[in-house]
Order: sequence, then C-alpha cells, then structure tokens
Amino acid sequence: MKNSPSKSKLGDLLFFNLTRAVAMLTLLVLAGIIVSLTISAWPSIKTFGFGFLTSSEWNPPAEQFGALVPIYGTLVTSLIALVIALPISFGIALFLTELSPTWLRRPLGIAIELLAGIPSIVYGIWGLLVFAPVFGEHVQPKIAETLGEVPVIGELFSGPTFGIGLLAAGIILAIMIIPFITSVMRDVFELTPAMLKESCYGLGGTTWEVVRNVVLPYTRVGVIGGVMLGLGRALGETMAVTFVIGNASLLESPSLFMPGNSITSLLANEFAEASPGLYTAALIELGLILFVITFIVLSLSKLLLHSLEKNSGGKHVG
Amino acid sequence: MPIESSAQALVPQISIRNLNFYYGKAQALKGINLDIYKGKVTAFIGPSGCGKSTLLRTINRMYDLYPGQHAEGELLIDGENILHGNVDTIALRARVGMVFQKPTPFPMSIYENIAFGVRMHEKLNRSAMDDRIEWALTKAALWNEVKDKLKQPGTSLSGGQQQRLCIARGVAVKPQVLLLDEPTSALDPISTGRIEELIHELKSEFTIAIVTHNMQQAARVSDFTAYMYLGELVEFGKTDDIFVKPKDKRTEDYITGRMG
Amino acid sequence: MKLSTKRKAVNFFALSMSLAAMAFGLFWLFWILWMVLDLGVGALKPTLFTEMTPPPGEAGGLKNAIAGSLIMVGLAMLIATPLATLAGIYLAEYGQRSWLGKVTRFVNDILLSAPSIVIGLFVYAIYVAKAGKFSGMSGALALALLAIPVMVRTTENMLALVPNSLREAAFALGAPKWRVILMVTLRSAKSGIVTGILLSVARISGETAPLLFTALSNQFWSTNLSEPMASLPATIFKFAMSPFADWQQLAWAGVFIITLGVLILNIIARVMFRSSPQR
Repeated sequence: MKNSPSKSKLGDLLFFNLTRAVAMLTLLVLAGIIVSLTISAWPSIKTFGFGFLTSSEWNPPAEQFGALVPIYGTLVTSLIALVIALPISFGIALFLTELSPTWLRRPLGIAIELLAGIPSIVYGIWGLLVFAPVFGEHVQPKIAETLGEVPVIGELFSGPTFGIGLLAAGIILAIMIIPFITSVMRDVFELTPAMLKESCYGLGGTTWEVVRNVVLPYTRVGVIGGVMLGLGRALGETMAVTFVIGNASLLESPSLFMPGNSITSLLANEFAEASPGLYTAALIELGLILFVITFIVLSLSKLLLHSLEKNSGGKHVG
Repeated sequence: MPIESSAQALVPQISIRNLNFYYGKAQALKGINLDIYKGKVTAFIGPSGCGKSTLLRTINRMYDLYPGQHAEGELLIDGENILHGNVDTIALRARVGMVFQKPTPFPMSIYENIAFGVRMHEKLNRSAMDDRIEWALTKAALWNEVKDKLKQPGTSLSGGQQQRLCIARGVAVKPQVLLLDEPTSALDPISTGRIEELIHELKSEFTIAIVTHNMQQAARVSDFTAYMYLGELVEFGKTDDIFVKPKDKRTEDYITGRMG
Repeated sequence: MKLSTKRKAVNFFALSMSLAAMAFGLFWLFWILWMVLDLGVGALKPTLFTEMTPPPGEAGGLKNAIAGSLIMVGLAMLIATPLATLAGIYLAEYGQRSWLGKVTRFVNDILLSAPSIVIGLFVYAIYVAKAGKFSGMSGALALALLAIPVMVRTTENMLALVPNSLREAAFALGAPKWRVILMVTLRSAKSGIVTGILLSVARISGETAPLLFTALSNQFWSTNLSEPMASLPATIFKFAMSPFADWQQLAWAGVFIITLGVLILNIIARVMFRSSPQR
C-alpha cells in the first residue's frame, strides 16, 4: 500500500506551522514583558509621571517614590565595572589570540569561560564575606591615601572604609563581566584575515603594532559590540551587586565608598515584602526602566556585532 | 543529437528538451537536449562547473530545496514532464534515487538506514521489510559483510561500505532511475572498483546516470557518455565512439587531457 | 636604530600588560574557587541532605532547598526543551532568511542577555499577582523562560552544523521535510542539543533573582507546586546575608554544591560537544 502524497504534505504543513508558532512565542514573550510591566507599573507612572526619574526620595511609609538613587547606583556601578573590565578583557583577549603558546590557548580559554559559568550568587557571597573585609581593611585606606588626595576626583574616594559600597559592587561586577567581554573580543579578533596580519608583520611590524594598526581597526565595531554586551550584563546583574552594594537608598555624598542601591538590588531586597498598590507599582516601574535601558544597550551590541559578522563571511560571534 | 541506430532498440526513459537552469540570475544549463536510455548507464563528464551535477540534480528536482534556483524546458520521465509545478516531488524521488559524492549514512542502524526510505513509500510488515533489506543489501554487494551486524550504526562501516549502504538505501525504494553524483570520488581504489562492478550489475534493473570527473571510470562503466562544457552539452553518444573518435574538438581536447 | 629600540620597548610593554591582564583574570578565578572549596568543604556534612533548613541558631541541612531546586529546574527543563527545540528547528530549517526568522533570532539573543530579575517581575505580573500567591510553579516558569533562549541558540547552531548532504540524501529518498528534520537532522545534532540542555541547566540552577518574586522560599519541606517553594540559591541569599554563623556556614555549603554542579555540567557539555561526530 502506497502512502498518499497528500498525507505527507499535510504533515509538512502542520510541522512547519507548529515550529513557526513556537518561534513567534519568543516575540510574544518580549511584547508580554513590556505590556505586562507597563500595566502593573501604571499606578506609579500615573502618580509620579516624569518626576519619578528625577526624584531621589524613596520613602515607602509616605508612599513617595523616586528612582534617581537606584538609577544612579546602577549606572555608577556599571561604569566602574566597565572602566576596570575593558582594559583587562582586552589584555586577556590579546594574550589568548596573539601571545599564548598554542597548547595553552585552549585551557586558558576554557578557564575564562568557566568564570562566566559561575552563578552570580557565588560572586555575591564571596564578595560580601571574603572580598569586602579585605577590601575595606587593606585596599580602601590605600586608595583614600593616594587617589583620595587628588583634587576633584579625590571626593570620589573619601569617607569611611566599610568595604561594601558602590566601588566594591563595581569591582565584583567587573570580575563578572570580564569573561563575557573577553570571549567576544577573542572571537572578533580571530575574524581578522590572517593575510592582513601577515602583511603588517611582513613590513617588520611588532605584535603590538599589528594589533594596533590592523586587528583593532578591523574589529573595532565588534569590540564595541562586545563592550556593550558586557555593559548590558552589568546593568541587569542582581545578586553580585545586592550582596555588596550596601543597600542604602541615600545620595548624600559623591564618594564611591558609600553604600548605595541599584535598581536590581532594590528590587531583590524590597519587592517580596512590598505592600500591594503604589509601592509594588513603583518597584515594577523600576524593573521596566531597567529592561528598556538594557534592551537598548543589548540591541546596539547585537547590531554592531552583526555588521562585523556580515563583513567577515557570517561567522557568528557573541 | 541523433544517435546512430544499433541492433538493439533503445527506449528513452528520460527525455530532456531545451532545458535551461538558473541559480538566481546566473544561467548554469543552456538548452540541453538529451535522452537517457532505459537499462543503460549514461555518464556525464566535463570540467568542474560545467553543469553536469546541476543536470543530475534537476532530474530529481533536488533544486527545489533552495529558493532562487529554477529550471525551464521539459524533462520527461516516461512521458511526464517533471518540471511542472504540480508534480509531487516526494513521489518523483521514490522513482528517481540518488547517491552522493560522500557517503551519507543517517545517524541510525544499518537496518534502519535502509528501512527509512522504504517506510516513506510503502507499508511493509516485519518479515517483508526484512526481506526487502536483505534484497537491497545483496544488490549492493554488502549483505555478506553486514548481515550479522544490522543493528550497528551505519556510521561504524568503512567509507566504501558506507557508500554501498547508501546505494542499497537508494535501491531499496525500487526506483526506476538511479542518479550517482561522483559516487567514488571520496573512496580508495579498491572500494571504487567494487562500486564500478556494482554499477554493471545494477543496470539490468535500473537506468543509471552517473556524474564523474574520472574519464577512465566513464569509459569503464558507461554505455553512453555526455560531454558538457560551460553549461552546454557539447557531445553525446555511445561511450566507445566518444572516447575513440570524438566529433567535437573540445571533447577531444578534454579526453586527451589538454584541458580541464 | 633608536626608533626600532623604542618600538621594541613599546611592544614589550604592551605584551607584558597583556600577560598581566591574563594573570589578573586567573587570579580572581582561583581566589573565588579556592574560597568556595575551602569554606564549602569545611561546611559539608551528611546532614545537609537529610535535614531541613533550620531557624537561626540551630543545626540543620538543606534538604528542602535542594529538593525544591531539583523540582523547579526539572520542571523548567520539561517546559523549555520541547519549545526551544521547535523554535530552534524553525530558525535553522525554515526561517534562515525570512523576516520572522531574523526578528526572532534577534529578540532571542536579547532575551538571552536580558536581566533575569525582569523575567521574575514578568512572571510575577502575569502569574503570581493573578494567582494571589507565590508558588513553585511560577518559579519553574520563570526558570523555563531563562532556559529557552539558551537552548534556542544552541539548537539552531547545532542544526546548522549538520552537513547539507545528509539532508539532501534524505530528501532524495522521497522523505517529506518534517520527517527529514525529525529523523535525520535532529538525530545528527543530538549530542549538540543535549549539550544545550546541560548548559541551560547549568545556567538556571544558579539563578536567584527570578525566584525571589515567584517561588519565594520556604523554610519547610514542600513539594506542592502551588505553594511557595524553597530553592538552593534563594536559601543561600537569605542565609549569607544574615549575621548568624550557622546560617552562613550552610550558605557556603550550598554555594559549594551549586558551583560544583555547574562546573561539572559545563565540563560534561564540553566533552559531549567535542565527541560529537558532526564536529
């Protein structure tokens, strides 16, 4: 008995539509996140309007909510993380692609990727119970004695040395995002055509000159994409920050030694215990703001990486 | 191109008329006219990029898988133009089997590799399926080597055995035509020899079209040979004639090794 | 002569900095792993797996937290695996060039790196707020939403590695596309897809933030999916932030278990992928 052709056509049609429907689910989740968070945050959006972004008052009993302190905390910690992680990641990627002996490349690459696989809560508990005490006792006083004495930026490195605070959170974040930025950088560096590099070496260029004059210009877009990816991660990271940022909704001094709050740490600490109504809505609005910021940063990152991939024959990076 | 008549009546199984083929806008086949005869082996030779593989992939509509590729003209199999949009490609491919350059065993057992194709088109009970698999493996001269390990994965066989498994898989569906796309290019000389013997035996039951870059192979296994160059059919005729007294200068250059 | 000396010096300096950066990166990795090992192994004892999480000042274990994590991660993977596999099939086999395929791939990549805490808020808004209470089910749902993008990405990549000749061979036998995909392509990519599952499990089993607003936590034994459920990460969070030495010690034990599990999963995934025949 021959199988009928219409049966297999029907199977094809069903299967195609099934997979397509599931793929569309991804888009639905994205839309769902934006719509449901907007609806849930509506009471707060309606009450505080644009002032939500500029007010630094966070006073649950008085039902007064402003997002400035956590937004500031999120941006400052992410910025610190980026300032530290960028040169380090670049150095590691350079080492992995140009310097390391071949036999060492794979194990070192794996070690860096394992660092990316460690759950953020591990960084958090390590940061709070191991790093912060050492940092507060030995490192912060030295920073205060040196950088703290420099005019203008000295303000940033003054005050009591608790260990925990914005600076510590930024450092932990840096350690967390180094693997992400490194692996993107390594991947894009490897996209540089060998012929281009060899031409530069052929002119008598040193390794550093090849990297500066050939590899970096060629992969610039991808490097920026990788940095944006790391920034996206840093902005949205919760546990590593919550443990060490100090959880204070204050904005009294510009010092990075002071405890603070990020959007994520505020949510992690207060959401489950928040009373329904305006308090919960304000917290959800914070989440919405975070999502919009990271969405923009990550989109830029993807677009940049994508344009590099297109120029180099469609190898997928990031 | 007319073929000199011979004692034995030749019945065309496939008739190609004014066939043009396009990859997007680039034309890869230009006005091909050709008959492939029933029960004969027809070889397609020519330098890389001459369109010989493209022609083979037109016969089972393999190009359907890729958007942007299309064919014009007529390609008649037993009188039916299979280039028509409403032709059932699944049924077509049951009639026209194909073996590829590199062995392509599926990630399943030897038995399942062969049963896979048969199940697409027929419902057989267990013992009928067993018989069919033994029949196909015997046809592909592989039965004696694998009859005790039918449950082992197809990938565990050697390269030459894998290619014979793929031939058995194609044969098991009982097609009328078998397309061989450089079937020995990835094999060692001994395996190649076995596949060539196999082609000789299979032609009593199947019409065979083979693409090869190896001219000695074409001379050894085929009854008819088509020489193609830059998407055109330069010369087509009995293999003996083509190799001994080619009519076209370009064919002669290629065969004598001055080109390609 | 002088110019080349200067160039060499610059080169030497740059490369030394690169080496220093590498050492710096490894220094943190080893410091963190060493502390996890040192403090974690010290806190390991058999009662971890047989006793419940204790009130402050008492001895106890992590039994309910470990069980809760296993339940929620398992359930999340049951939800995520079929969905992600189908979406990955769409991207690799149907929608490579289509508009929908491109947009889906882009959005999936964004969701892959999106803050996990926002996923927790999303599930809170659509599930917990409607149900009126925190539940293990909502925790599993949040974890599934985090696992799906990881798996979609790996499934698509692995399917793309399957040589086209294998697909063509199956089509040449007259197989319809859906059977080619399910019987041949998907099977060829099997080890790669299992790799994706392992990596997803590794990713979600350490996730804390999305559980805080969904499964919450539970000090007692509960396998009821419509009640709050304990999990290892949420318990670690609570215990580590507390001032009690007993709790902190349990937190280190939990961290050790999670880190070990995640590292082992990552290593198995790597080994599996490397042994896959399609590589």
